[in-house]
Amino acid sequence: MDLHNLNPSSLKSRFTTRFLRALTEINARKPIASSSSPREIFQRYRRIKDAADTSMAYSVRSRRTWSKATLWRLRTPSHRRRLASFGRRSSLNKTRTTTTASHRGAVVVQITSRGGGLGVQLEELRELVPGGEAMDLCNLLDETAHYIKCLTTQVQVMRTIANLYSLE
Amino acid sequence: MSSRRSRSRQSSGSRITDDQIIDLVSKLQQLIPELRGRRSDRVSASKVLQETCNYIRNLHREVDGLSDRLSQLLASADTDSDQAAIIRSLLME
Repeated sequence: MDLHNLNPSSLKSRFTTRFLRALTEINARKPIASSSSPREIFQRYRRIKDAADTSMAYSVRSRRTWSKATLWRLRTPSHRRRLASFGRRSSLNKTRTTTTASHRGAVVVQITSRGGGLGVQLEELRELVPGGEAMDLCNLLDETAHYIKCLTTQVQVMRTIANLYSLE
Repeated sequence: MSSRRSRSRQSSGSRITDDQIIDLVSKLQQLIPELRGRRSDRVSASKVLQETCNYIRNLHREVDGLSDRLSQLLASADTDSDQAAIIRSLLME
């Protein structure tokens, strides 16, 4: 193992440190006996999942719309969230974009704001990427790429931790 | 990040060029294992977006499954002593 390749400031190491710290806190708060109720196990699953998403959102170097949306979602109680998103959605239509098809033959892009073309998939994507409903097209595609990179790192680290723990 | 070009063009009235979109879509394509390495003129934007949605959904599912697994494992784990070992092995890749 080449120790000189260690990058202590990489996304992966920032996330790992944060997430492990969160796991220790979760465990310390309520040490689970093997006789926990299903409800306790569910609560713990929720806490771990939220801790993972939060840790990743905090670990990005430059804050993105998706990371801010994730943190907001996890820290704002749901009734206040519902009020806020109502206001946001009514101003959505102004940010939709319309471009015509390219004649260059490469990836033919036909994007309309509603229905037809890529409308349906874009709507789906907006729901999957945190904060996606309010992004214009360019930002949506850009944020999606970054979001995917971070998600894959998150999954990789979580899997490694789970594998290491299950070796005991 | 590389998005400065597209971000600086964003004002509420500006026209987004097709080239920008094509660029961003093919960047996305390279991130998706299903479609990576295929020529971008062979894969439609629709397919890229569809596979992107599927991929994100899969990743979400994996996070759920791993959180669940961890919640079972944490019960019997001694987190403090493991942390150093975990960090070391994770970061030495």
